Amino acid sequence: MSVLILAEQKKGKLVKASLGVMNIGATIASKMGTDYNVLLIGEGAKDAAAAAVNSGAGKVFVAEGDKVATYMDELWADITLDVANTAGATVVLGLATTQGKAVMPRVAAKLDAGMASEITGVTDDLHFIRPVYAGNLNAEVEITTEKKVATVRGTAFEPIAEGAAAAIEDVAIAADPAGYNKAFVKLEETVSDRPPLTEAAVVVSGGRGLKAAENYKIVEELADLLGGAVGATRATVDAGWIHNDYQVGQTGKIVAPDLYIAVGLSGAIQHLAGMKDSKVIVAINKDEEAPIFSVADYGLVADLFEVVPDLVQKVKAAKQG
Amino acid sequence: MKILVMCKQVPDPDIKVKLNADGTGINTDGMKFVVNPFDEIANEEALRIHEKNGGAEVVVLGIGPKDITTQIRSCLAMGSNRGIHVVTDDVIDPDNVARIIQKVMDDEKPDLVLIGKQAVDDDSGQAGQILSALTGYPQACYASEIVLDDGKTKATVTREIDGGLETIDVNFPAIITADLRLNEPRYASLPNIMKAKRKEIKALSLDDLGFTPSPKVKLISLTAPPERQAGVIVKTVDELVDKLINEAKVI
Ligand SMILES: Cc1cc2nc3c(=O)[nH]c(=O)nc-3n(C[C@H](O)[C@H](O)[C@H](O)COP(=O)(O)OP(=O)(O)OC[C@H]3O[C@@H](n4cnc5c(N)ncnc54)[C@H](O)[C@@H]3O)c2cc1C
Ligand SMILES: Nc1ncnc2c1ncn2[C@@H]1O[C@H](COP(=O)(O)O)[C@@H](O)[C@H]1O
Repeated sequence: MSVLILAEQKKGKLVKASLGVMNIGATIASKMGTDYNVLLIGEGAKDAAAAAVNSGAGKVFVAEGDKVATYMDELWADITLDVANTAGATVVLGLATTQGKAVMPRVAAKLDAGMASEITGVTDDLHFIRPVYAGNLNAEVEITTEKKVATVRGTAFEPIAEGAAAAIEDVAIAADPAGYNKAFVKLEETVSDRPPLTEAAVVVSGGRGLKAAENYKIVEELADLLGGAVGATRATVDAGWIHNDYQVGQTGKIVAPDLYIAVGLSGAIQHLAGMKDSKVIVAINKDEEAPIFSVADYGLVADLFEVVPDLVQKVKAAKQG
Repeated sequence: MKILVMCKQVPDPDIKVKLNADGTGINTDGMKFVVNPFDEIANEEALRIHEKNGGAEVVVLGIGPKDITTQIRSCLAMGSNRGIHVVTDDVIDPDNVARIIQKVMDDEKPDLVLIGKQAVDDDSGQAGQILSALTGYPQACYASEIVLDDGKTKATVTREIDGGLETIDVNFPAIITADLRLNEPRYASLPNIMKAKRKEIKALSLDDLGFTPSPKVKLISLTAPPERQAGVIVKTVDELVDKLINEAKVI
């Protein structure tokens, strides 16, 4: 009996949300009276392990080498399954990223375990709390199988506090990447100097009110001034104004920064689902009836093309002053 | 080739759901139900493959109570060939959904299963991946583009992932989950709506499939999260900057 966390890394850097999953993993382990282990897979896993090791975990398993040079859902799932079985894991947790969400249901299926998606809490009897209906309701669910699998919402838990150093253990990979009837073709990465949307302390999102792709520079300027990330709505991604990676919402990314500035977006149910847990919300919209104002701490009813450039100037002045 | 597409009935996503009086479920009084938007996209894609790649039979599968035939019919009105309705009043979790699809696949032997990336009621996003794990057929999740090869033996799929777009090849039979940018579903034309009324929807019970539901996830309770209160409307940019610096202290 133990808890296993499939953490994530990119090019040797631990994905920060992994630490939040380790936090809830450690909590669950202590409720169960057992310990928790961490698994990192792929090129750079060993480097990333350094950031996960001083965490009170039992072990940090590392699966590296030629076999995992290229990412594949099936392969990651099978490695996780093998480690879960050898470590005697009864609870397996992953991140609620596109990777974790693609991998963990496979792990659940093969463990014959029930799975809860995007959990935001856990009760003493190990029931999970998770938002449903675009976050309009919270469900408490019981996984009735002995083994339990979940993905964990990145905004829900603080990073785990520093703890005793874990032992790092190499994993021998049994799976054959060529055996999955699928092949990698290419990866087009979005490049940005801004902080990742899900990790930024400030997010400035622009909606259809921006009118055209080139007007994203208006929100970008504000985001850069505040050291923040840029976000978007489904409408602007669909329109091709900005990459899908920036969609905030029920079916995009869930964010909860210290400051969320919503510019020219209406605040549809699906958008609110992705940002309503932000600490401070500012809404700028020319329509005073826009639903975004119902969740905003500060609302400004105005034309964004007039006030956002002005806001940039005044924040600049205040910063220098 | 044969394509199996899913059809789940969900509450209209643009209406905010409310709890029923005893908190055991949602208030469905006067509620409008629709096809899960991601399933509509999956249906549309199957039809486009049919149109682009020299013909495909498109079979729509829905699992749920009697009244979901309305949604299966809307998928048929888009142009799909026939429907299968696994009739059950039981609450079916994603694991059991996948197992039921697998049973139907044993019989139908589709080359491709197109399924939504997530049902917008339970927001689980699991069924497609579980189905792939159970069948051993490759998965391509979060598809924004699907291109078939000439021999219709595989698909090249572009996936919307964190950090960009990934392209992969999956050999058929394959399981592909549809994301928002895959296409914009068509509206059913009046003639097609009329035609759909005569299309076959085969009703199957769980017994017919030899399947006993054994949900792995049980709903204990539903609660409404605390509502966020609206704050103040500021009049000017100066006032906003002042509030952000001195009151909220976020700048
Ligand atoms: C299955 C499904 C999933 C979805 N998932 C998501 C999701 O994850 N994320 C998401 O965001 N949406 C999602 N949506 C879409 C959502 O329902 C809305 O359609 C979308 O969020 C609207 O985007 P918007 O606010 O940019 O556009 P609109 O709703 O058109 O709002 C534009 C706003 O800009 C304001 N405006 C216009 N001009 C100006 C100006 N000059 N100055 C100031 N304000 C101005 C207008 O008053 C208006 O309020 C989903 C929908 C479905 C069906
Ligand atoms: N009752 C159902 N009937 C048909 N398809 C379903 C059903 N439930 C889920 N699905 C399919 O599985 C996908 C993912 O659902 P979920 O894992 O519940 O988010 C949905 O988009 C549908 O395509």
